[in-house]
Amino acid sequence: MFTQTVDLAKTSVRTLNQRLHDLNAERDEERWRILNPRGAHAIACGLRVQVTVEIEGHAGYYCAGMNQKATVIVHGNVATGVAENMMSGIVHVNGNASQCAGATAHGGLLAVEGDASARCGISMKGIDIVVKGSVGHMSAFMAQTGNLVVCGDAGDAFGDSVYEARLFVRGRVNSLGTDCIEKEMRREHFEILETLLKRAGCDVHPEEFKRYGSARRLYHFQIDNASLY
Amino acid sequence: MPQGSRSREDPISSSGCQAVAALRRIGSAPSQFIIVMTTEILSGMRESATFDRHVIHEIQRAAETGLYDIRGWGSKRRLPHFDDLVFLGASMSRYPLEGYRESCGTDVLIGALHAKRPIPLQIPITVAGMSFGALSAEAKESLGRGASEMGTSTTTGDGGMTAEERQSSKILIYQYLPSRYGMNPDDLRKADAIEIVLGQGAKPGGGGMLLGRKISDRVAEMRTLPPGIDQRSACRHPDWTGPDDLAIKIEELREITDWEKPIYVKIGASRTYFDVKLAVKAGADVIVVDGMQGGTGATQEVFIEHVGIPTLPALRQAVEALTEMGMHRKVQLIISGGIRSGADVAKALAMGADAVSIGTAALIALGCNSPKYQEEYQKLGTAAGFYDDYQDGNDPAGISTQDPLLTKRLDPVIGGRRLANYLRVLTMEAQTIARACGKSHVLNLEPEDLVALTVEAAAMAKVPLAGTTWIPGCA
Repeated sequence: MFTQTVDLAKTSVRTLNQRLHDLNAERDEERWRILNPRGAHAIACGLRVQVTVEIEGHAGYYCAGMNQKATVIVHGNVATGVAENMMSGIVHVNGNASQCAGATAHGGLLAVEGDASARCGISMKGIDIVVKGSVGHMSAFMAQTGNLVVCGDAGDAFGDSVYEARLFVRGRVNSLGTDCIEKEMRREHFEILETLLKRAGCDVHPEEFKRYGSARRLYHFQIDNASLY
Repeated sequence: MPQGSRSREDPISSSGCQAVAALRRIGSAPSQFIIVMTTEILSGMRESATFDRHVIHEIQRAAETGLYDIRGWGSKRRLPHFDDLVFLGASMSRYPLEGYRESCGTDVLIGALHAKRPIPLQIPITVAGMSFGALSAEAKESLGRGASEMGTSTTTGDGGMTAEERQSSKILIYQYLPSRYGMNPDDLRKADAIEIVLGQGAKPGGGGMLLGRKISDRVAEMRTLPPGIDQRSACRHPDWTGPDDLAIKIEELREITDWEKPIYVKIGASRTYFDVKLAVKAGADVIVVDGMQGGTGATQEVFIEHVGIPTLPALRQAVEALTEMGMHRKVQLIISGGIRSGADVAKALAMGADAVSIGTAALIALGCNSPKYQEEYQKLGTAAGFYDDYQDGNDPAGISTQDPLLTKRLDPVIGGRRLANYLRVLTMEAQTIARACGKSHVLNLEPEDLVALTVEAAAMAKVPLAGTTWIPGCA
């Protein structure tokens, strides 16, 4: 099943990443298995071909950072910034994710089976994020575009200063951040949600979600011009 | 006109010597300005030092608009600076080198500590990060052309890398900013180095700002935001906090780029001594320190003038930090914030910098504040030499604007030539001083070559007050 197995107890992350970076488009259907990650940082970051990488254990910071095209599956938990600035591809975390999951990412799909911590989707720029559990405080802070789907609950200041990102929450939102409001679920939103839930393997109904987004009150500085009164 | 018991004499009709002298000094300044200046001279009016005309205007403007003032440029107040230092040229105990005959090197290698591909610069003067968005594409291309002609680097800014910029800059530093606008791994790999920006001298602790009037469709698309909105970039990085995280972030960036690119860390000057030590510990190859005279495309005036420390003490603190760690000259130090002349370059290098960076001066070299556009500056309520409203996007010189009618005024070929000329002059001036001090390379200049003209500069730069052995604060 796996074309390559790399044991990080014997091989450095540097060597692993270099070998993955050296893959060219002709060998892009390979399936790699990474053993003993032991929380190492920057595992499988900067990938740019359609390789599949399965990590058997917990990964540290910035796992699959800036991913392009690759599919990275983590059979464990991940630390801060999983799939940060991802451009395309899929990152699937079978455990929980720490802070800043999918931060600033421009594309691709990040699916988290468990919970994601604070600032999930911070400054997201087009990524789709599906969290089957709950997300922590300040999630979707300054989220620019893309979709964040939370099947559980959202923590405090959800969607603070959000721009054009669509935020869907099935459970309770502890509090909404500045300029974030609940919005109407229209047909196109149900369609987007249904597609994303299906892609992430979530067996819940779009009708159970509420949508949140920007009130767009922060888009321009407020001018209080006294001479006009 | 002023009321009260002071002279009512018409200042313009007066043929007094003072008025003539004042008019000569003022030169081409707007007529209103001339009237006020001459009235002041002749009438005995006394301006308050506490509530001067600028302060009064600011109070009036704030009361009128309910908004703080946002402007470009850097700090405009008088600060202790390189002007307050002079060189001790060679004489009896040192001998100078012959100008134009004996060589004086200017090259410097940047980022060799960890990176596989360090950057060889032909001159120790780089062009600072300025975004496409704040500047026109033509201005960015001009900077690239001029810098490339002189064998030095330019730097992207908040908003990502444009194809034109990559093409025109032989050595391009890619900024990694809190906003991550336009950040993508392909551009990261195309860059010659990566500069992680923690702050800038004009606003340590503040994020970028680009007002809606400058957000063209292209600028908006690059930043993944709707056109026309006021963009207030994040002031801190979204996925790391503090020096321990920074070390891991640097590791990630090195991994993504296979340890090829030098990693710069840019800090706005505030707690410079500690910040430099922490950045080196986090694994930086290069430290960029930007003093409070460093320019900005748009920032609150209160931020520009009241947050951060001047370039002079920041440079000295950075060198101290590197020296104590045994990393001086191993981790390169680039200093910016008010570099204008070859004398400034030479003084910065003598204090221990490996290179300097210019921003405002580079824009002036391209044509910013040119008297050629005096009439248009007047229409904007300002004058050549005073224009700092970069945030408005109406720059008559076509530099800090996205208006296509204005941007086409700047020919990138001519702009590039002007910048190259300016960089050439800076380099030759620095060499002139280095030779006078007996140095065969500009990096051989040292603090021992400098003395200070003021007590403040002596204390900040830690060089003796001229004619004494006294360094304030040192035993």
